[in-house]
Formats: sequence, structure tokens, C-alpha cells
Amino acid sequence: MSWILPPSASTFAGDIDFLYYLILVITGIAFVVVEAGILLFVIKYRARPGRKAEYIEGSTKAEIIWTAVPAVTVVIIGLMSAGVWNNVKGRNSTPRNAIPHQVNVRQFEWDFVYRGADGQLGTADDFTVRNQLHIPVNQPVALQLNAEDVIHSFFVPAFRVKQDAVPGMAISTWFEATEVGEYEIACAELCGLGHYRMRAMVTVHSAADYQQWLADRTAAADEE
Amino acid sequence: MATSAVSLEPAAHTEAHELSFLRKYIFSTDHKIIGVQFMLMSWVFLVFGGLMAMMIRWQLGFPDRALPGGQLLPETMAPGGILLPEFYNSLVTMHGTIMVFFAIMPLLVGVFGNFLIPLKIGAPDMAFPRLNMASFWIAVPAGILMMAGFFVEGGHASAGWTQYAPLSSDPQWTGVSTGQQIWLLSIAILGLASILGATNYITTVVNMRAPGMTWFRMPLSIWALFITAILVLLAIPILSGAAIMLFFDQTIGTHFFDWTDGGQPILWQHLFWYFGHPEVYILILPAMGVVSDIIANGSRKPVFGYHSMVFAIIAIAFLGWIVWGHHMFQSGMNPTLGMTFMISTLLIAVPSAIKTFNWMGTMWRGNIRFHVPMLHAVGFVAMFVIGGLSGVFMATTPVDIYIHDTYFIVAHIHYVLFGGSLFAIFAAVTYWYPKMFGRMMNPALGKIHFWLTFIFYNLTFFPMHNLGVYGHMRRIYDPSQYEFLAPLAPLNKFITINALLLLVVQLPFVWNFIMSWFKGEQATDNPWEANGLEWTVPSPPPHGNFAEVPTVYRGPYEYSSPLVEEDYLLQTRKLSSDFDPAAAGAQEG
Amino acid sequence: MAHPALMSPPARREVGADVYNEKLGMWIFLGSEVMFFTALIGAYIILRFGSPEQWSAPGAILNVPVTAVNTFLLICSSVTMVKAFAAIQEGDQHRLKMYLLATVAIGASFVGVQIYEYTALIHEGFLPSGYAAGSELAQHAADGDLPASIAIYGSSFYTMTGFHGFHVSMGVLCMTFVTWKAFRGKYTKEDHRGVEVIGLYWHFVDLVWIILFTIVYLV
Repeated sequence: MSWILPPSASTFAGDIDFLYYLILVITGIAFVVVEAGILLFVIKYRARPGRKAEYIEGSTKAEIIWTAVPAVTVVIIGLMSAGVWNNVKGRNSTPRNAIPHQVNVRQFEWDFVYRGADGQLGTADDFTVRNQLHIPVNQPVALQLNAEDVIHSFFVPAFRVKQDAVPGMAISTWFEATEVGEYEIACAELCGLGHYRMRAMVTVHSAADYQQWLADRTAAADEE
Repeated sequence: MATSAVSLEPAAHTEAHELSFLRKYIFSTDHKIIGVQFMLMSWVFLVFGGLMAMMIRWQLGFPDRALPGGQLLPETMAPGGILLPEFYNSLVTMHGTIMVFFAIMPLLVGVFGNFLIPLKIGAPDMAFPRLNMASFWIAVPAGILMMAGFFVEGGHASAGWTQYAPLSSDPQWTGVSTGQQIWLLSIAILGLASILGATNYITTVVNMRAPGMTWFRMPLSIWALFITAILVLLAIPILSGAAIMLFFDQTIGTHFFDWTDGGQPILWQHLFWYFGHPEVYILILPAMGVVSDIIANGSRKPVFGYHSMVFAIIAIAFLGWIVWGHHMFQSGMNPTLGMTFMISTLLIAVPSAIKTFNWMGTMWRGNIRFHVPMLHAVGFVAMFVIGGLSGVFMATTPVDIYIHDTYFIVAHIHYVLFGGSLFAIFAAVTYWYPKMFGRMMNPALGKIHFWLTFIFYNLTFFPMHNLGVYGHMRRIYDPSQYEFLAPLAPLNKFITINALLLLVVQLPFVWNFIMSWFKGEQATDNPWEANGLEWTVPSPPPHGNFAEVPTVYRGPYEYSSPLVEEDYLLQTRKLSSDFDPAAAGAQEG
Repeated sequence: MAHPALMSPPARREVGADVYNEKLGMWIFLGSEVMFFTALIGAYIILRFGSPEQWSAPGAILNVPVTAVNTFLLICSSVTMVKAFAAIQEGDQHRLKMYLLATVAIGASFVGVQIYEYTALIHEGFLPSGYAAGSELAQHAADGDLPASIAIYGSSFYTMTGFHGFHVSMGVLCMTFVTWKAFRGKYTKEDHRGVEVIGLYWHFVDLVWIILFTIVYLV
């Protein structure tokens, strides 16, 4: 049992993790204060014969304190979150140099569309790899999620990225991997009986390896 | 002064002749009998929902092993005892549906709304007793219909209790059509029952209070049930409307949620959560109300900050209408809108904190009696805090990106609905049992039940936070499909074993509930030395409740008042210093 | 204001709303109805803004004149309802019965006209799912005179007007019951709660129709 987040491998994961730990500390303090208070009171003020409870109806001062402290705390958390949220999901958050991919999502697979040699999506030389996303390290990637049947959700735990793919809606999301390696993609939204095995892989290559992989792939596509 | 012709005098005709068994216990219009009927119905569904949870847990803990006794299930559900993924999805859907709509909601609103409102405000019955009976007898067939869905061709609805379209709107995606339609019909029928009930509760609270029972002399349980009834009244029709649209998509070929021809899948989510978030408060506000009553009684002190408790209930209910978008942060909705929903959601922490600290303030410098209801009530506060604090994580949009649709959410909802609502239900049942059945429950068994439940409850649900922190998705049939979830397999097994034990330790309660009914010690009128009006009448109260209309002289929480020697002071007890509104009213008239 | 008899002194209870239970209950229930129609109308607005191309010009498919007459009928029934209530307030049993009968008759006619409207529309090929294949309207759509698809238009039209029709039908049933009670002389100058309560429901349903007629037929 651990409250530590698993290792992360994207640029904004650090910001999200920081907020998580900040809230963990704040709520942890609140948790200890309240639970310890309850424990203390039930022991200290347990019924004893011949004793009468004190007749106290309330205290405006105390009420103001425990209204104001949580209010200020949550507003601060909210303000700190706003910037991160805007950076990850804001309308204009996708970096301009991001490599675009279209992702055609259906029960229960992910088709990753690559832009091919011309560097443009939506042209004849695009190629598709099922359930495999290959990307270079330290370069942003933008995904156009195109659900073809029901709602799915693109989730890469290591990148702290999750985005629903809704049929009929053009939804894009982006991330930038910071560590070379292989990471699992999961579907996070119940999408039918194969939902639990709607798994794919994202492979993060070094810049050189990525070029090599692309070249191999393009050559293979030409032969077909 | 204009008021009603309906008097509070006990109906004379009821004393004139004995009612037949059928009229007295089956088609009864007595709010107390209807409350008990709702309780028995809800217990049955609570058991169904619990058994479904066990099957779900078994699959998650031991995905490669046959369910013990699973061979008894038909081939279409679990061939050879191994659950099929489609049956698993139906279980996930129906566990949520049954628990929310047919167990927790009727237990809180149906049972305690019915039993407590007239008794606690000094009314002989509800404003519309026959409507009340109709409400119960509409809910029963809705429940039977809902369970029948398991036995139709194609299996039961399997798109989750949230029924996201298009998975739910087009049978080709799940293979379920009849089951899905049954789900929607049952929910629409139950909705009618809820709306009739809410109409009744609101009218009763507004118009039928005994003389002297002013708004701010009402117990917090009644305040909470009153505000809840308003939420039911206004939220349920939204669900009914949405369910009917989905039903038409399934049956007569409309296209509301069909994205291929102008419909919008997201529209379902907006409608569902516009109902769904008030629904969350429908499930917790009455729990907060009854717990406030019980903590004051156990602590022998007035509720700390009664007025701010009332305003906190109203604030929570109001905020509940403007936060629905927080269920949809990752749905692709406008990110700026997401930010607004984040702020409004975080603000709910404020009234929730007020309530928590006021409960603690109530215990502070008290003289706490640990009767079984008090144990459950304190357990409620301790658990609700966890559910409230975990809510801050998912309210924060960036953190929600990661934990959305993971077991963190599952942990959160169970801390609120089990740790919160169900502990409050146990508190309320054990507290008002003597008044309902005229007998005491066995306190030793009650304490055993509380401690074992408290322990195994936490061992079951607390680790779910950790699953979520590690990214474990919810509603997946087989976590062993993912490499990154492999380290969590032992934790999943641990949770499953504790969940099974959690079910087992409910047996003392079941035994206690049934046996005390027949063999329990005879209850006095006021076994807990409480202040409310219900404790001034015999246990159980007669038809019509009050032999004569009670007059209320003070608020409900005058425990340890310096005015009297005892540490409680009934709301109806007239002290020489009290003003007599009935006499004054008579003079005016 | 309610009748003096309904405003008896505060017979030993706390003062709540200044109205009797049945009337208060109906007001509360109508609050629920408002939310139900809000869900339908809200969905309609969102869907219409999402797919404006599916809506034909007012009157291109729907028969607005007939429905306008029907709307007038429903408004008339509200007037007869008011007259019925005014009659019993004065204790006039004869006029109460006549006006209630008129209200039932007009309400039933409204439903009848709506059924006629549905039948005609379905015959032309306007279904809840959109055009009927091979129908007259589908032909117009193929010629480009009508939107290529009216799937959402059809869905919303039938659901919204259908549920209103259902509410009117329920109203007619209850009104028939009230009328039957009126003929048995159950309402008096002093106590006529049933008449007033069914009247509230009736006016509400009428009001909803005026909104629906405007946004579904005219805009």
C-alpha cells in the first residue's frame, strides 16, 4: 500500500504529481487533525457517572475559523491548478512543433495513423499501425482522437494523460515523453465487453532510433 | 390569518374499527408501516447489491479461478463458474444501480423520510397518506422489473449505472437490448414513486408542523430530509426525461444520442450528471441529518452551531446544482468550463468542513454515551471525512486527469456511500428501532457488528485509494491483462478477502434485527433519553401518532440544559418560563 | 384567495404556507413537471444548435395552421376552466358542471387533433426516426427542397409534443373524474379543492403548450 505515484515520463507529469502531493499533504493534515480530534474527544469526554455535559450551543468565532480556513485553502488549490490545467488541456495548449497523429478508436483497438514521408496527415502516404504508437523522446506529440463507435478514453498512466474519445467530436490531446522506453496505453472508459483488454503500447525512441524506425516503416509501406 | 382546513387532530375514524390485515400491513396508509415496508424492501436489495459486489470482487481478486458456487449460475452468465465479461459488465452496472436507487436512496428517503417526518414535527400522518402508499407500491414493481432484467435474452444492461451513450443507446455495441430497455423503464417508474414521495414530504413539512414547531426548532434530520425532498423533486424528473429519450433511441428509432445523425452522446452525460450530482447529495444529506440528531443525543449536548448546520445543508444542496461538470472533466468539454466547475466543486469543501467541525464541536466537552447508534454515528463522521478529503483530489482538474475513472474514484464513492450513508443508516436503524418495533436491539451484538464492520470496511475500501494512485482503471474485468497492474494483484486479493469478510460480519446485524423483533427487550417510550417529539409517544406509536396535538416549546437539542436537573429536555415539556403558543393562538382566534 | 371556509383559524398548528395541502402539493408537483420539461426543452435547444441544418423552415413539414387552431382550442379550455372555478366559488352547480364538461370536451378534442396531426405526418413520411424511406417527404428531400436528414427534428418533435399530449390526456382523465364528482354534487361553495387543484394542473399544461408551440412550430 503506497501513496507514492508510479514513475512518470512526460513533461507535465511533474506538475500534476506536485499538485497531487500538495493535496496529499493538505488533506493528510486535515485527516490527522480531524481523526485525532474525534479520538481525543471520545476518550476525554466519555460518559462518567454524576457528570453533566457542558451546555454549549456554538461559537461564532470557531465557525468563522472553520469556514474561512477551508475556503482559503481550496481557493489556493484551485488557483494553483488552473495554470496546470490550462497547460495540459487548454484550447491552445498543444505545442506548435508537436507531431500530429490521428487515432481511430473502436471496440476494442487503437489505430494510430502516422503522417508518412510528406509530413502531412490526411494524405495518401499516411500509414496506420494497430495498437502501436511510436514516438520520439523529448518532442511533443498531438493526438486527434476519432472514436468510431462508442466513447473510449486514451490513458497512459506513465504520462499522466487521459482523454475521452467521443464519437462525433473532434478531440485532441498532447503530451511529451521524457524517458525512452515502452509504456502501456489503456482504455479508461467502459466501452463494452472487451473494454478490459483494450490495451496498446507506446514506444518512446531516442531521436536517432525514431528516425530509423520511421525509415524502416516507410520503406515497408512502399513495398506493400 | 389564512391556513388550511386540514387539522392535526388524529383522525377519529381510525379508532372506530379495526383494519383488516391487508389494510393494516400491506396496503397501509400509515406512514410508519410504509417506512417499515420500505426498509424491508431495501434490505432485500441491499443483499442483492452486496452479493453482486462479491462476484465483482472475486473476479478482480482471482481472475483465473471459478467463482465458488458459480456453477449454479446459468451458462449465459458464468459457464463453469467463470464469469463472462459481459456478465461482469452487467454486474458492475447493476451493483451501482441497485445500491443507489433501490437500497441507499429508499433506506434514507423512503424509510426515514416516512417514519420520522410526521413523528418529529408532531403530525398524525403525511399530508397525503394514500399518495404515500402509492409511492411504495410503485417502487416495488420497479424493483422487481429491475431484477427481472437479469433473466431476459441478451442479459442485463451493461453500460454502467451511468449508462453513457452511445454504448447504452444502440444494442449493437453491447448486444443488450431488452435488458437495457428494462433498466430505463424501471428507472422511469421508480422516478414517479420518488417524485410522489417528495411532493408528500415537502407538503407535510411545510403545512403540518405542530404548534410551536417553528422552522428553526426542527431537528436537523427533518431539515435534511426536507431539503433532500426538494432535490429529489427537481433532480429526478431530469433523469426521467433523459431515460425516456434513451428509451426512445432504443425502441422507436429516435436519434437523440446517435452521433451519426445529428444526436450528441455528450448530451446524455450533461443530463445524467445534472441529475446525478444532486442525487449524490440526496444520498448523503439525510445521513448527515440523522447523524446530527444521534451525535447530539450521544454527547448529551446541543448540536454545535445549529443554524450554521442548517445553512450548510442548504449550501450543499444549492452547490450540488452547479458542479455536475466535474464528472466530465476528461470528456472533451470546454476546458474553461472545466475550470469553473473545479472552483464550484472545491467550494463544497466549505459547508462539508463546517458540518464536520460542528459534529466535533458537539462532542467537545460532552458526556458521551457510546450506545450502538452513537458508535455508528461517530464512525460516520470519521469515514465521511475521508470521503470528503479524497474528493479534493478529483475536484482538482489536473490531478483528475490521472485519477479519473480509476479505483481512486471507486474508493471515494464507497467512503461516501458506505462509510458515509450506510454507517448513518446503521446508526439510524439502531436508534429508531425501538420506536419502530417497540423492542430494543441487543447492544452487545450491535457493538460486535459495528467494530467488525468498521474494521473490514476500512480494510476493503482504504486500499482502493492505493490501487487508484497506481492507475488501476475501474470497471475492468481482468486486471491481469496489463503489465503495470501486475504488482497490484496481491492488493486486489487482499481487498477481495476483506470484502467477503465484510459481508460475513453483517450476519450479527441481520440476526439482531430479526431476533429483536420477536424477542427483544420491551422498549420504553424514550429509551435514549432524547428530546424529539417521537419519544413522547408509545413505542411503537399508535395509528395517528399523537393522542392529542403536541405543543412544542423549544428546539430539539436542549441536552444538559441548565434549566432542568436531567440532561435532556423534551421539546414538548412545558416549563413555567415557557410561552404557550397554543393558548396565544386560541386567544387570537 | 381561497374560500373563507378553507381559511379557518390556525387550528392548532404551526403556520406553514398560506394554502391548503392539496393546493400546495400540486404547486410542488408542478415544480417537478417544470424540471421534466426543462430537460426536454434544454435537450432540444442543445440539439438544434448542434445540427441547425436538420430543421426545415417553419411550416414546411408541420401543419402550422391546424396546430394554431388546436392551440386556440387549448387556450379556450383554460378559459372554461377558469369559468368553472368562478362558478363554484359562487356556488353555481349548474354552470360548474357545464364548464367542466366543456373543458373535458375541448381537452379531448385537442388530443384528437394531435392524433390526426401525427397520423397525417406519419403518412407523409415524417417519423420519429426521420424520413420514411420512399415517402413523399423523402422525395422532396432528395430534390433538395427539404433538409437531407431530419432525424433529430423528428426525434425532438415527437418526444416533446408526445409528452405534452400525454400530460393533456392524463389531465382529461382527471378532469373527467372531477366532472363526475361535480355531477354527484361533491363540490360546494365552501369546499371545492378538487376543482381548484385540477385547474392549476390544467393551466400549467396549457402554458407548456404555448412554449412548445412557439419553439417547435414557429421558430
